[in-house]
Amino acid sequence: MFLAKVIGTVVASRKDEGLQGCTLLVIQPLKTDRTPSGKPLVAVDSVGAGASEEVFYVRGREASFPFLPAEVPADAAIVGIVDHWTTG
Amino acid sequence: MLIGRVVGNVVATRKNAKLEGSKLLLVQPLDLKGEPRGVTVLAIDGVQAGVGDRVLLIQDGRSAQLILGRGVAAVDAAVVGVVDHVEMTA
Repeated sequence: MFLAKVIGTVVASRKDEGLQGCTLLVIQPLKTDRTPSGKPLVAVDSVGAGASEEVFYVRGREASFPFLPAEVPADAAIVGIVDHWTTG
Repeated sequence: MLIGRVVGNVVATRKNAKLEGSKLLLVQPLDLKGEPRGVTVLAIDGVQAGVGDRVLLIQDGRSAQLILGRGVAAVDAAVVGVVDHVEMTA
């Protein structure tokens, strides 16, 4: 799982049936000092995250698991909203 | 598996139901020289590790789900051991 910040929303009227009703958010992966890490990506939201919130997300096959038994075709899913993190 | 250093804790009140009650660690993967390698990862804690510990990190969904022990769940990383030391023979 990885830290990220929600930086946008994707609207797609025509999409796979499995994605109907899903919220698609653009997220920017973050380093622990809150600087960007790599390029933004689109993730399916499973926790009701909103603009500018810091979240964590899973990548890969597990991204579809929050939605079971519905089968959502996704390779990235937001699974938590971060209150805060501490380092050091 | 990778060797990593626990660099922090993450608190998230709102999260996937299967993750309720699990401790989340920030783990920085390390190379064999102990230098940071790639991006910091969030992993569930299977061994009561703490900040500063050198740990064994798995980044595989199936294994992370075994550690969590709640069946199919949206996790892809877990800490499965605390490293005492590493001996290189070659």
